[in-house]
Amino acid sequence: MIEIKDLHKQFGELQVLKGISIDIKESEVVCVIGPSGSGKSTFLRCINLLEMPSSGEIFIDDEKITDRKININKIREEAGMVFQHFNLFPHKTTIQNVALAPIKVRKLSKAEAEKRAHDLLKKVGLEDKANVYPSALSGGQKQRVAIARALAMHPKLMLFDEPTSALDPEMVGEVLGVMKDLAQAGMTMVVVTHEMGFAREVADRVLFMDDGLIVEQGTPHDIFSNAKHERTRSFLSKVL
Amino acid sequence: MSLLSTYLEHIIKVLPDLIVGSMITIEITSFSLFFGMILGTISGLGKLSRKRILRYLSIVYIDFIRGTPLLVQILLFYYGLPGLYSNVTGNPLSIDPIIAGIIVCSINSGAYIAEIVRAGIQSIDRGQMEAARSLGMNESMAMREIILPQAFRRIIPPLGNEFIALLKDSSLLAVIGVHELLKTGQLYISRTFAAFPVYIAVALMYLILTILISRLVAYSERRLGVSDRN
Ligand SMILES: Nc1ncnc2c1ncn2[C@@H]1O[C@H](COP(=O)(O)OP(=O)(O)OP(=O)(O)O)[C@@H](O)[C@H]1O
Ligand SMILES: [Mg+2]
Repeated sequence: MIEIKDLHKQFGELQVLKGISIDIKESEVVCVIGPSGSGKSTFLRCINLLEMPSSGEIFIDDEKITDRKININKIREEAGMVFQHFNLFPHKTTIQNVALAPIKVRKLSKAEAEKRAHDLLKKVGLEDKANVYPSALSGGQKQRVAIARALAMHPKLMLFDEPTSALDPEMVGEVLGVMKDLAQAGMTMVVVTHEMGFAREVADRVLFMDDGLIVEQGTPHDIFSNAKHERTRSFLSKVL
Repeated sequence: MSLLSTYLEHIIKVLPDLIVGSMITIEITSFSLFFGMILGTISGLGKLSRKRILRYLSIVYIDFIRGTPLLVQILLFYYGLPGLYSNVTGNPLSIDPIIAGIIVCSINSGAYIAEIVRAGIQSIDRGQMEAARSLGMNESMAMREIILPQAFRRIIPPLGNEFIALLKDSSLLAVIGVHELLKTGQLYISRTFAAFPVYIAVALMYLILTILISRLVAYSERRLGVSDRN
């Protein structure tokens, strides 16, 4: 469903992505690991065009989203994104955070959008927090709301950029739990993460990125127990 | 002792005039702040725009206004422009001083508010815009729904300062004969020569007004602040 061909991205002189090609199937869960600065976030952000690729092609469901003529906003509706720092809207209550884009972008009625938002909040275990502001939520709760907010647009795929890195350790589990449920429900997911346990358990495929390239990819077993490249092994020996 | 009672007598006599003048001052300041906020939001956004022409227009406006004295702007607008008009068309043009005052003060405060708005918008975390865009909102929708409401809360205190500055600066409109607070005092002085007590009274009136405004600003800050602690 996602097809990426020879993706390059540079910021000025700095080459960050140096030719990434990959196909991701529907319902596949892909975890991206790699050292800091290797271009993981940039790769993810290119998939929903938060960064404009410098060259290369990206197709989502055979639609070429790197086409100049494409409506970027439409693409972004299809790809939900969850950020490291949650980025909830602080001036909106939890339920408003979730219902806002469906109302404004999908033109749902307020009642309909809030009903769906309620269902989503229930799904992430936060129906009792519907009317509080984000400032009153813990980090783990914020991130679960952020996931519900992204899901409210009924995206075809979900992109996660280190969704648990800003959390206190005791809150990591609740967020990973929600993501696991999502994966089991068949969502296509690309997850940049340092949670090797999660990658091992949930990923269909693990990508190891270094220096703007995919160095190695395979099943969690291939990567975590049988890495072929020295760079992968040395990275894993540091984080495991 | 008799001097003090003479002064007090003058103050009591001039007070009704000063109250009427204060009303005009408040009227001019409020209207100017209102239009200044519109102008300031437009040119503040313009300065951040990706369109070069909008950026340049905003910068020229903001820099010209902030780089020249308000008194000169008032004189230029009230005497200069009608002069130009009659030189070109041969017809006289006169502007109501209050209207002229509101226009000049609006244009003037708009330039200062533009910088307040720009700083307010830039103080909002980039992640907010990214989150909004990632949900499929277009740029202007994200501005309207996400960035500006948050920026607005942050700019209330500097906006309050601008309100106070504008209220004090509106006294300059006395030079074109607007019967605002200072001018009403001066008119009384020209009849009675009681400069000291009247100017003291005028000063105290300005002080009362500015204290009232800071109270109002602090109040709205508290009202709006509750939901916005991240
Ligand atoms: N908007 C930008 N402008 C300039 N340089 C950028 C920009 N975004 C990222 N970079 C640079 O691109 C490189 C890759 O960044 P990226 O955020 O993709 O790395 P990452 O693998 O996600 O790292 P981390 O694990 O620290 O999040 C870094 O050197 C970063 O400084
Ligand atoms: Mg990153």
